[in-house]
Amino acid sequence: MNSLDFSIVLQAWPYLWSGLLFSLALTAVAFVVGLVLGTCLALVQHFEVPVLGKLVRGYVALMRSIPLILVLFWFFFLVPIVLGHLSGNGRPVPIGATWTAFITFGLFEAAYYSEIIRVGLRAVNKGQFEACQALALSTFDTYRSVILPQVLRVASPIILSQTIILFQDTSLVYVLSLTDLLGAASKLAQLNGRLVEMYLVIAVVYLAISSAASQCVASLRKRYAIAGR
Amino acid sequence: MFAVLLEQTADGQRYIDWLVSGLGWTLALAFFGWWIAFAVGVIVGIGRTVQNRAVAALARLYVEIFRNIPVLVQMFLWYFVLPEILPVALGNAIKQIPPPWGSFFPALVCLGLYTAARIAEQVRAGIEALPKGQVEAASALGLSGYLTYRHVIVPQALRLIIPSLTSEVMGIYKNTSVALTIGLMELTAQARQISEATFQTFTAFGAATLVYLALALIAYQGMALIDRAVRIPGTGRGEDAVKPATPRATEQIGDLPDAMEVVK
Repeated sequence: MNSLDFSIVLQAWPYLWSGLLFSLALTAVAFVVGLVLGTCLALVQHFEVPVLGKLVRGYVALMRSIPLILVLFWFFFLVPIVLGHLSGNGRPVPIGATWTAFITFGLFEAAYYSEIIRVGLRAVNKGQFEACQALALSTFDTYRSVILPQVLRVASPIILSQTIILFQDTSLVYVLSLTDLLGAASKLAQLNGRLVEMYLVIAVVYLAISSAASQCVASLRKRYAIAGR
Repeated sequence: MFAVLLEQTADGQRYIDWLVSGLGWTLALAFFGWWIAFAVGVIVGIGRTVQNRAVAALARLYVEIFRNIPVLVQMFLWYFVLPEILPVALGNAIKQIPPPWGSFFPALVCLGLYTAARIAEQVRAGIEALPKGQVEAASALGLSGYLTYRHVIVPQALRLIIPSLTSEVMGIYKNTSVALTIGLMELTAQARQISEATFQTFTAFGAATLVYLALALIAYQGMALIDRAVRIPGTGRGEDAVKPATPRATEQIGDLPDAMEVVK
């Protein structure tokens, strides 16, 4: 075994740092897009909107049944074609791997978040709906002010755990040759041949971020549990 | 639409043969990986609940490490890093394993141990969901710690967690696709190869997607079948006799431990 030389990692740090920032940005965008869109998808299923509800059900089941890597390949191939049709001239619009990653993660995570929220909606006590009706709240107000806040609060530990998994899954953009934290490490490793140091260091970075985040989620869960649940 | 799959490839096979061979690797990884994951997961999960602090800490360390590093990074650690940090002779021996197996074994170990950490959390949740009276009754009967786990706790806990293990089964077969990054030609890799060879991307990915969907359905139905066969009487969904907070209650959001995190 060659002696390990971690000074190489120090030199490479700016590049790795930019990779980490990309991973975090991808996580943040996918979280926001996924949660907003996921809530919409969950509501569509919850209200059993004709046709659309079934379509959404199928979409969520499909996304949850196939590997994320395959989804990335699908979107890399499909999004330019769909955009081409939308723009009217029918020619594929090349959008590049970065946009593909953001779009894919947003749409993919929406399926997972929607499932969490859908289960949450079902768990809301019936009395809450009845009380809203008694107060003559409109359906919109009922959901906006009473139901969804409770669902999000109860589901927040799972939503956050899911987001930690999402952060780890962003490493899969490696298959699109993007420069996220793992991509940066692998590109440098190919250049300088120090792949042992590179991969060990980023493993520790992922480990530190994910387990710190898990600890936060665990303590949040204790602090913000709705009394009596 | 799928006619292209029956055409001849450059190496004299048909494209569908590539898919079938990819499916074979996917299934082999998922199947053998599952048994590694299950065996290690049950042991580590038990370890998290025992009185002995050192054992519990070790089990917790295992779970923290294997759950908090992305599976792709773990894949690289097993494939690229492990042979380098082992003694030279052993490392070289590992590097000389011929192609499909040289990727298959690291992928198998990686997926097995990664999934084991997730299963361990489910097992722990299952054990903690059992009523205290079970352990007390066992010790009243004079059962030793080992016998209590062997005959009272573990059998019940495993039966309780079967519904939540379903998502781990689905998780491991989906994660097999990560093995393509270390050169294993499993289903997704074959689909990509067909798409590159024929430019029939829609057909190639469509066929792979249908196969994955079928696998998901089989896994789901199979687990539901097992669950019905071994369910502890009186603990069906929504009528938990044990305690409302069993991991079985996947329909009640307040109860979902992080074990319920959905897997990709």
